[in-house]
Amino acid sequence: MSAAPPILSVRDLSVRFATRRGSVEAVRGVSFEVAAGRSLGLVGESGSGKSQTCYAIMGLMPGNATVGGSARLEGEQLVGATRARLDALRGRRMGLVFQDPMTALTPHMTVGAQLCEILAYHEGAGSAEARRRALEIMERVRITDPERRFEMYPFELSGGMRQRIVIATALVLRPALLIADEPTTALDVTVQAEVLRTFRAVVEHTGTSLVLVTHDLGVVAGACDEVAVMYAGRIVERAATADLFHAPAHPYTRALLACRPRLDDPPVARLRTIEGQPPSLAGREDDGCAFAPRCGFAQAACHSQRPALLTRRAADGTTREVACHLDAPP
Amino acid sequence: MTADAGTLVAAAASLRGESLWRAAAGRFAANRAAMAGVLILVLITAFAFIAPLVSPHEMETNDWERIQIAPTAEQAHWFGTDANGRDLFVRVAAGARVSLAIGLITTLVAVLIGVLYGAVAGYVGGRTDQVMMRIVDVLYALPLFFAIIILVTVFGRNIFLVFLAIGAVEWLTIARIVRGQTLAAKQTEYVEAARSLGAPATRIILRHIVPNVVGPVIVFSTLLVPTVILVESFLSFLGLGVQEPQTSWGLLISQGTAALDSAPWLLVIPASFLAATMFAFNFIGDGLRDALDPRDEA
Amino acid sequence: MLRFVASRVGVLLPTLFVIVTLSFFLMRVAPGGPFDADAQLEPEILENLRASYDLDRPVIAQFGLYLGNLARGDLGPSISFKDYTVSELIAIGLPVSLQLGLTALLLATLAGVPLGILAAANQNRWLDHAIGTLAMTGIAVPSLITAPLLTLVFGVTLKVLPVAGWGDGAWENRVLPLTALVLPQLAIIARLSRGSFLDVRRQNFIRAARARGLPEWRVVLVHALKPTLVPLVSYLAPAVAGVMTGSIVIEQIFGLPGVGRYFIQGALSRDYPLVMGVVIVYASAVLVMNLLADLAYAALDPRIRRGFSAGSAA
Repeated sequence: MSAAPPILSVRDLSVRFATRRGSVEAVRGVSFEVAAGRSLGLVGESGSGKSQTCYAIMGLMPGNATVGGSARLEGEQLVGATRARLDALRGRRMGLVFQDPMTALTPHMTVGAQLCEILAYHEGAGSAEARRRALEIMERVRITDPERRFEMYPFELSGGMRQRIVIATALVLRPALLIADEPTTALDVTVQAEVLRTFRAVVEHTGTSLVLVTHDLGVVAGACDEVAVMYAGRIVERAATADLFHAPAHPYTRALLACRPRLDDPPVARLRTIEGQPPSLAGREDDGCAFAPRCGFAQAACHSQRPALLTRRAADGTTREVACHLDAPP
Repeated sequence: MTADAGTLVAAAASLRGESLWRAAAGRFAANRAAMAGVLILVLITAFAFIAPLVSPHEMETNDWERIQIAPTAEQAHWFGTDANGRDLFVRVAAGARVSLAIGLITTLVAVLIGVLYGAVAGYVGGRTDQVMMRIVDVLYALPLFFAIIILVTVFGRNIFLVFLAIGAVEWLTIARIVRGQTLAAKQTEYVEAARSLGAPATRIILRHIVPNVVGPVIVFSTLLVPTVILVESFLSFLGLGVQEPQTSWGLLISQGTAALDSAPWLLVIPASFLAATMFAFNFIGDGLRDALDPRDEA
Repeated sequence: MLRFVASRVGVLLPTLFVIVTLSFFLMRVAPGGPFDADAQLEPEILENLRASYDLDRPVIAQFGLYLGNLARGDLGPSISFKDYTVSELIAIGLPVSLQLGLTALLLATLAGVPLGILAAANQNRWLDHAIGTLAMTGIAVPSLITAPLLTLVFGVTLKVLPVAGWGDGAWENRVLPLTALVLPQLAIIARLSRGSFLDVRRQNFIRAARARGLPEWRVVLVHALKPTLVPLVSYLAPAVAGVMTGSIVIEQIFGLPGVGRYFIQGALSRDYPLVMGVVIVYASAVLVMNLLADLAYAALDPRIRRGFSAGSAA
């Protein structure tokens, strides 16, 4: 890795919700780093804790959540920071792209006003300058006819347009870190690729570090330098994207990759799935690896002792982190 | 209350199956305020019927030697007497009987009319439904109170007409609810299946539509009773409702207001009873809402 | 937008017409009449009396006459207040009732919305419970209890405020009636605001606004406030109906010379023209309020202003 300190450094992050039905641990000790200008994909199925990890980093948790561990942005601790400090950092040093563009924009303000508000509030930009910079970022996210769109309300724009605006609001102040929670999931398939392309272009252009949360392996393949796979609130494998896809080490990763239908599959074959369900995150945790009940290669140790996330060097010289008792991919 | 009635009824409408009702009942029973409300209602109802048995006085007897005396144990005038020497204890109980009776009977009438009307509109559907509902929309525009005053102007002051007048206006909302439920139930698959199997209309209505309708109707009726009692109290207070020799809480409060400076208990006691009843119904209404539509406000 | 407003007016005028027609025919058709109390009069005089009010003509003709007069703004003579026309009586009473009613609505809203939002912001803490209890009291206890009780405490016992009378609008005379009128509406508005604010705060765009680093005060005032107010606008029409109902009782209790008092008087003595006149005034008030509510919707929700052209551009 590079010598410069990482933009984002997460250590042992945990998130617990207090609900009527007891305590739910959505995130259980997650650690990773993102260097300047690099992108990390956070992959997992629903309920794996990937979204909650992001909201915890940004400090956007609801009242009944307790966040533990550490998350440092450019060296500054975010967990437990005051609202005032977080407000100063949000938007300016770290931005968040939400999943659903329908609901992520305030419905009764024009998109232009929402962009200008950020500029005016964080950098004291006057209305003329704010408008200029807002139009600039709108162009950068490839919104056609930006002057006209500036005066429009969110409901007057298509889904793809709206998501570009959401991306614009996150990037307008050129933050060091961008977190994107399933940025294209809610869009039509035809629009997804387009928005994703724009997204990557803008991120590369501004040199922003990126944490991209998604359940779509295809998105990760195209957009991220590194991938971390999450399962049941923990990271089970982390590696460079190409390495992960080429030679997945963790059985869950292998299973995920194997589930993808391929163009050269025989036409009548059944779609592959992973048997079973992810474990419930409520109440006390069982001992052992969370994936063991569903793992095809589980051994005795897997059920009794939880594997730690350890760095492993492969035969071809690549390094990765894996949380698995198996020494080598079977 | 009406602002919340919609959500309440919608929540009731979304409940299907016995186990959900049981869960709701459990939540209701756990709600202390709601159960307190039920207790208050039970106590007041008991008072309404037991008081005349306990007290030696009659509602209408004038005790000219004890005019407007404050509550006292002497001569068992526990609530005191009014300007005509009539015992307040039995009068408040009589008022309770009248108010509760009007509340229940009127609600029953409104429910009967509303259910019939709404069920027919919903089941028959089409043009008939459109016309019937348009009538409801127009009638809805007139505020309850004014319709009642107009009806009272027309028919004079008669206690039975008070029943009818209030019932004639309140059935509208029930009709709407029932029609909505009927329409929804009609379109469900099990009704289609039953129909395609040749089940007669009455059977379909009884076994499939009625169970879906009963829930929201019961819930709304619980909200309707206090509204009716309140309207009757207002009318009686203004002299347009219950007339002497009968009495109601509204009438008692009106008489108490007239004697404000000399005999405040004549106001405070009936007012307290009415207020307690309203509180009780409010707690129950809130309890129902929380039981049927719990929000995890953690 | 203009079309939207026009269509709303278009629906309500026929409704007003139906109300007038229904009321008119109900009153004519029912047994008994306004002169029942004067039954001791000789038949001839009774006949003349009825003829002078056009009550001897067929009902349809009476209706036609009435509508004709209505179009010219003539509401007819009052039967119970023998020297006055209905219009005159309304002209006397309307300013009082309007002042009372509008002030009450304004106060209820200006106090209720902040109280509700305050309660929501302190959800489940003591302030929320305190405001909730106050609201519950305001809703459960009707004005026919609060008004006399307030009078008992402040007028009779403490003797700081007048017990009754309008006193030409002196502020001391307004305090008690306004309080009794405001309390129920304040309670309902506070409750509505609280629920609405909680709903809005849960929404994604609020979290998104925070994610942009905007401070809470800005999130509340600029992003959350307008959507919070929308359900309150829906309540505006029922609120007006509630205030009108309440003011009838309040005017009676405090002896205020408003329209409500004439309404009751007219109902008690079966003074048809007076009751009709008041009904028309009240129904028109509801009409105007509905219109204002629709305008308020348009002000709060750009979708209504711009005419629902969702997702037009790509």
